[in-house]
Amino acid sequence: MYDGDFAVRWMAAVAVAVDREAGRLTELDSAIGDADHGANLRRGFTAVAEALAKEPPATPGGVLAAAGRRLISTVGGASGPLYGTLLRRAGKELGEEPAVDREGLARALAAGVAAVGRLGGAVVGDKTMLDALTPAVAALSESFAAARSAAEEGARATVPLRARKGRASYLGERSIGHQDPGATSSALLFAALEEVAEA
Amino acid sequence: MSGDTGGKRVGIVLVSHSADVASAVAELARGLAGGGDLAPVAAAGGLPGGGLGTSAELIAGAARAVDTGAGVALLVDLGSAVLTVKALLAEDDELPEGARLVDAPFVEGAVAALVTASAGGDLDAVASAASEAYAYRKE
Repeated sequence: MYDGDFAVRWMAAVAVAVDREAGRLTELDSAIGDADHGANLRRGFTAVAEALAKEPPATPGGVLAAAGRRLISTVGGASGPLYGTLLRRAGKELGEEPAVDREGLARALAAGVAAVGRLGGAVVGDKTMLDALTPAVAALSESFAAARSAAEEGARATVPLRARKGRASYLGERSIGHQDPGATSSALLFAALEEVAEA
Repeated sequence: MSGDTGGKRVGIVLVSHSADVASAVAELARGLAGGGDLAPVAAAGGLPGGGLGTSAELIAGAARAVDTGAGVALLVDLGSAVLTVKALLAEDDELPEGARLVDAPFVEGAVAALVTASAGGDLDAVASAASEAYAYRKE
């Protein structure tokens, strides 16, 4: 079972991963976006980790909801409301349960991913974070490792796609051949989740 | 004018990635809305420390500043401005009651919204006036 402390460690691990990969995310974003994805997510998840270290909510739902709200208020780019909605919706779905199992977490994250789709109006194949998140939450019912692989595979699979949402969509055909930064950072979330779960 | 707001007027928030764009469009709308007593309009542009981006904090602050109880119309430029306002509206307590994202062209919609709100139009009237600005073709 996974409790509030687990969720805090997950968010802290995401903050570490985003900090480590910020340069790469920004590089990917400079090819098809506005070159701020790494810096924006680093600002957001650093703020999340700091807030959670100071005042950790007791339940995993409380942790994810607080993290989501923090991202919305600190990021400053589209990734803020998108990741914020993912975590906030997942947190609300978990409710006040003191601990959840992997299947429960998978269901909550699936609700979060659905909310991201509604917010941005994107679907799988549009070259967005959903291309990593959607297969990852589906595979999470199997194992943490499967979720991580599915997310990484989903992110790599965005390379030949043409962007249909966000700034990258203005590039049309020229967005083909680049890995989507949002799908790449989404894979970091699931890599961190596996790390913390298997630790 | 449809809808009686009981003397209170709809507030307008202009959200842009750029502080300069948001404040200049607010100024333009005030100038084009004519003289007299205008409805409250506030700019929420860029990031709090400067730079391009969307700030939930500035948006929420601007919405509170123009809220007189008749509702708040939020007009946005693109991308994260749209998504941030939608994400804030999905929470119960982030924006004043009666806050609404208005689907409108930013500049033309701002002028239409301010004219309508200043004339005492309710939130529905302000929102439809701003949205109708899409229908004005330029060629």
